Amino acid sequence: MIYEVFRQEREGQPFQHGGSLEAPNPTFAEAYAREFYARRGESFSLWIVPRDAVMEVREPYVADVFDRDYRRVDGYSLKMKLKEARGRAGTPHTR
Amino acid sequence: MTETEFEAYVQDGGQVEAGDPMPEAYRKALVKFIEMHGNSELMGVLPEREWILRAPTLQRKLALTSKVQDEVGHAQLIYRVVEDLGKPREACLEDLVAGKTKFHNVFHYPTKTWGDVGVIAWLVDAAAIISQKALLKCSYAPYARIMKKICWEESFHILHGRDVILTMMNGTEEQRELVQEALARWWGPLMQFHGNPIPAEDDAMYRWRIKSQANEEARQQFLDGYVPQIWELGLTVPDPKLRQGKDGIWEYSEPDWEELKWVVTGHGPETERRLGFRRTSRAETAWVRRAVLANAA
Repeated sequence: MIYEVFRQEREGQPFQHGGSLEAPNPTFAEAYAREFYARRGESFSLWIVPRDAVMEVREPYVADVFDRDYRRVDGYSLKMKLKEARGRAGTPHTR
Repeated sequence: MTETEFEAYVQDGGQVEAGDPMPEAYRKALVKFIEMHGNSELMGVLPEREWILRAPTLQRKLALTSKVQDEVGHAQLIYRVVEDLGKPREACLEDLVAGKTKFHNVFHYPTKTWGDVGVIAWLVDAAAIISQKALLKCSYAPYARIMKKICWEESFHILHGRDVILTMMNGTEEQRELVQEALARWWGPLMQFHGNPIPAEDDAMYRWRIKSQANEEARQQFLDGYVPQIWELGLTVPDPKLRQGKDGIWEYSEPDWEELKWVVTGHGPETERRLGFRRTSRAETAWVRRAVLANAA
């Protein structure tokens, strides 16, 4: 059975794919994963997942069918509005 | 995707994952290249293994054992990548011991003294890490990802090797001679290590972005990084032509490409003995694999 191994370098960090291994059962998978990915204490935690159990979605982005710029930072141009608002309030033009 | 489109895709930085469609020629090239890398990790521990029992101190013995464990672990990770490309590990090991596949030139030579052990860990691993760092950008993503871990562990090996060398250089006259002799023995194979200077654009491995560094570029990087470190210890590099030009480019005597070809095709001084050792140990441990796998199933 092929297992995919995900490792977390430090507590609180996201898990990242490290590699895969082949093992006859979960006990061996754990032993191999410890040897491959934790021997020097380089991992805080491991996820060891049978490859078949990983559900993969390709091109998961929900396409821009409509104008969805409100979901992105570039959807908000404050510069001109801020200038106008400051002008109206009579406050100094800092930045 | 046609082969031309695929080439443009990877040239443009596109990554390929296990299970993605890929041209057959690309898959075959990956298998050949990565399998040779796996073979080299596995065969590369044998020259060092010979010194575990003869290491000068307990600390060195443990460090060397740990390095051997790392390298065998690299072989495991790398063969796993090959398996996903369609060639089972057992087939890789069979072909290796049958002499059908290759391993790196530097692992076909004897380790005569403890000085050789230091030079291997320091300079052979340094040369290897240069090639492996370039593979971090490999178009085949599963290979590139494991290279991150491999490079990280190689950095310990270089430190271990440099520490061995520095200790010997600060020791007796006899120890310094051992280092100088070992350097003289390894310089030729080290200069051959990155291969002959084929232009990158003629190299399919480069066009597919399996490799992202030309052979000569890797060798220049090695010379640039390590010749000054060798010289500062008062060691002599056995090449009267070796010098750095004003443009920063290193000049050197032409490496012996005939020797490289002869050695990697299975005619090195230690090739047969080491493959024989691998064959014997594989046969002798077959019962362990049978017992464990039967039990675990």
